[in-house]
Amino acid sequence: MGTQLVMYDEEYNRINAVCDRLTKDANAKVVFLVDKNGQLISASGQTQNIDTTSLASLTAGNVAAMGGLAKLIGENEFPNQIHEGAHESLYMTIVGSRVVLVVIFETSTSLGLVRLRVKKASDELAKIFEALLKKTETPGGLASPFAEISDDDIDNLFSE
Amino acid sequence: MSFINYSSREINCKIVYYGPGLCGKTTNLQYIYNKTNPETKGKLISLSTETDRTLFFDFLPLSLGEIRGFKTRFHLYTVPGQVFYDASRKLILKGVDGVVFVADSQVERMEANQESYENLKVNLAEQGYDLAKVPTVVQYNKRDLPNAVAVEELRALLNARGSPEYQAVAPTGVGVFDTLKAVAKLVLTELKKGG
Repeated sequence: MGTQLVMYDEEYNRINAVCDRLTKDANAKVVFLVDKNGQLISASGQTQNIDTTSLASLTAGNVAAMGGLAKLIGENEFPNQIHEGAHESLYMTIVGSRVVLVVIFETSTSLGLVRLRVKKASDELAKIFEALLKKTETPGGLASPFAEISDDDIDNLFSE
Repeated sequence: MSFINYSSREINCKIVYYGPGLCGKTTNLQYIYNKTNPETKGKLISLSTETDRTLFFDFLPLSLGEIRGFKTRFHLYTVPGQVFYDASRKLILKGVDGVVFVADSQVERMEANQESYENLKVNLAEQGYDLAKVPTVVQYNKRDLPNAVAVEELRALLNARGSPEYQAVAPTGVGVFDTLKAVAKLVLTELKKGG
């Protein structure tokens, strides 16, 4: 059923570092990294007043819908999207056809700068995800924590 | 496709409620939302039309607790049931870990149930999944209505493979949590096998 996304400490730290740096370099308010299936991978910047889970799910829905539209007109996908608001804008870019990098920024920065910094960050992220995928596919990697769970463990989740 | 994060010790799974229009998929999610503790749930997002028909999807994130030190999170989605929203339905199925098929027990909806069930098979196949291998729970909803057909008849039509099944009255919650628990359990069991 497709490749499961697995995240390890090393790559997680590297991804978070790229997102943190992008937030500063682009003078952005928030930077998110979201799996195309709607799972939030990383969030950086002023995230305290944002419902990150909902944002991740809606981002994935939006990217999926735009991908569907792209295919209808003969494109593979729309790799970059910009949504401009009165005060805040949103820039989305697809990284390695697997994840979506989302930058929320205010009028204090410019779209040009955001684009430029996103390009660099997404190249770095693509490499990290490539390495991650290889690691996941390598047999004898970290054992799944779920290989050892018992039926009782699962039952206990539901005993209230 | 679940997402396992060893660093933050989290596991995220996606469950999709599928079924014909007006069968009660959104009602299932609304009941779950209303009856769970605020600390275990996120916001219920409904992308719906002005007449409250699901346009794209409903979304509800739920935390179920920990297994061996890993936080388990379930993302519940519904699809739009109306036939002409098929393109949207396909998108929602991407990366699905478990399916709840909600059937409308009313006799006049039998054809719609069957059509939706066939549509589920086709759309899953398009995403590279085989319905027979995807953890699935079947819910026979609207059991309180006078025109509900016998469960045996629904089973013959929609559950030949013998998936776990529950009778439900979604607005009052009958069968809603049983269904959710059953599908969550199947998904976790599948993860265990896959590990």
